[in-house]
Amino acid sequence: MSIEIRNIEKRFGNFTALDKVSLKVESGELLALLGPSGCGKTTLLRIIAGLEKPDAGQVLFSGADSTHTHVAERQVGFVFQHYALFRHMTVFDNVAFGLSVRPRKLRPSREEIRERVMKLLKMVQLDWLADAYPAQLSGGQRQRIALARSLAVEPSVLLLDEPFGALDAKVRKDLRRWLRDLHHEMHITSVFVTHDQEEALEVSDRVVVMDHGHIEQIGRPDDIYENPATPFVTRFLGDVNLFHGRVDGGHFTHGDFAHALEAGTVGGDQAVAYVRPHDLDISRVAQGALAAGSVEHIHAVGPLVRIEVVPDSGEAIEVALTKERYRELGLMLGDKVFVAPKKLSVFVGAQDYAI
Amino acid sequence: MAMQHTLTTERAWVRYALTTLALLFLLVFLLVPLVSVFWEALAKGWDLYADALVEYEAWQAIKLTLIAAAIAVPLNLVFGVAAAWAIARFEFRGKSLLTTLIDLPFSVSPVVAGLMYILLFGSHGWLGGWLSEHNIQIIFAIPGIVLATVFVTFPFVARELIPLMQAQGQDEEQAAIVLGASGFAAFWHVTLPNIKWGLLYGVILTNARAMGEFGAVSVVSGHIRGETNTIPLHVEILYNEYNFVGAFACASILALLALVTLAVKTLVEWRMERQHEASLVRTQQAREALV
Repeated sequence: MSIEIRNIEKRFGNFTALDKVSLKVESGELLALLGPSGCGKTTLLRIIAGLEKPDAGQVLFSGADSTHTHVAERQVGFVFQHYALFRHMTVFDNVAFGLSVRPRKLRPSREEIRERVMKLLKMVQLDWLADAYPAQLSGGQRQRIALARSLAVEPSVLLLDEPFGALDAKVRKDLRRWLRDLHHEMHITSVFVTHDQEEALEVSDRVVVMDHGHIEQIGRPDDIYENPATPFVTRFLGDVNLFHGRVDGGHFTHGDFAHALEAGTVGGDQAVAYVRPHDLDISRVAQGALAAGSVEHIHAVGPLVRIEVVPDSGEAIEVALTKERYRELGLMLGDKVFVAPKKLSVFVGAQDYAI
Repeated sequence: MAMQHTLTTERAWVRYALTTLALLFLLVFLLVPLVSVFWEALAKGWDLYADALVEYEAWQAIKLTLIAAAIAVPLNLVFGVAAAWAIARFEFRGKSLLTTLIDLPFSVSPVVAGLMYILLFGSHGWLGGWLSEHNIQIIFAIPGIVLATVFVTFPFVARELIPLMQAQGQDEEQAAIVLGASGFAAFWHVTLPNIKWGLLYGVILTNARAMGEFGAVSVVSGHIRGETNTIPLHVEILYNEYNFVGAFACASILALLALVTLAVKTLVEWRMERQHEASLVRTQQAREALV
């Protein structure tokens, strides 16, 4: 089932949570709503679910206007950030809930319910916990039960609100992969909200980056990462170095250095170049460089070596080199070096974003 | 381990002193009076005790008390849940006013509460003329007693539930609704089980107060023997007449009713506990079977 959002607006008092947001979720895709807290992503998810009413705009399921359809009739599965398992019911009863509250005519028989619940519990690999109460489960187990519970009613859309937000890093990684696989098998249209860019980029088919109630960029994870459309997206997706300067004659100029740009970049005096640490190289010669400085810090744990280069004036520049490159350069603390971008995004006239 | 123990808890003598103090307090102010009620009631033998209870006026007082409680408790149960629901779940104009009003019976003296009803419904009160024209008697009759009882007991359930429901939030209810439950089904299967202990406790408090209320009921009752006396009022009359066996026999009924409610609560708790333990055992077995 596809979902279409048309010009959704939502205000809480004076605060604009969503400002004319439009979006289409294709049938069967796994879409991530990514953004900092307060950007409106959860509100948008709750509006899709019907837990929140928009002030204006429409929500369409498979092309049919569902803006005023009651939550209970939308056939959505919703996974809450804090699981919202029914604490007084066993795991089995939790998963069975959606089936057993159906009106008698539509309710499957006892045996059918039992069969379906056990099948779902097997799928989330927790069938042995059927008799347990939520309080006895770990965070990851609770989240899997919450997911099984939402799938029991065979929803046509699955909505997840920060599904892994409250879990520790290791469990989070496992569950992420597991959700990805599950989605591959079931192909149910899914939307999940997250503030973790790594999670969004790893799990989803497409990412929607939001800020201050509107959409900054929509695209495939690699596309968004490689070609961020705005300074905000650039900064939100990961560590980035900023170089202030200007653009003219196909060059970006920063202090004494100039760097050739792709043809067609519009000129301007107020330009900022954003370069990720791993898109920077260190060199002993000035060619192609954007800055010069001395090596002040070397952090060599992990696959990448992180090096801090401090220019004579301005903020420290963070560079990430491969181990091989680092050895090849033979860098020592205090070395005077040049920093050259392999790839950079330049935004002209854009305001500087603080996150 | 022993080191840790002394690091994180008080010294032994402090613990024993505090425990003894608490137990002594309970003994002197709770247990001894309770026992003495039954002791005095049965001082002249079982027959006199039984006679004092089956006597017409005593029996009428017991009936009236039960009627007042039987009306006040369900009424305040429904009101309390509705008020707690509204306050914990919704934002609306006048919410703080409602919260304050719920507390009113706690802050107003019960005697004043009784007087309010006299001023309103008494023969010289605002509505007195209209009521007597239509031959409706409220003051010095059962309706007045029920009204006074409802008034003084009305905050208990709501006060018990509001903080509980606010703390629990509405995620579980929303989860139920998304799963297709109707509003009533969500309330019945999710909200109610979550608040049941608070609710039970509120009902026990309401019931205890409804049966034991003296001040407000005394003002509106008129003390007509065999007609408008509740147990507490009847106890006072008997006591003033030096009928100690009768007074304590009736008092023992009140105490007994309180003990029964507590026993029921304990029984329910115990059964829940057993269910929970059974689940723990089954889960443990499943875990072992898995390994």
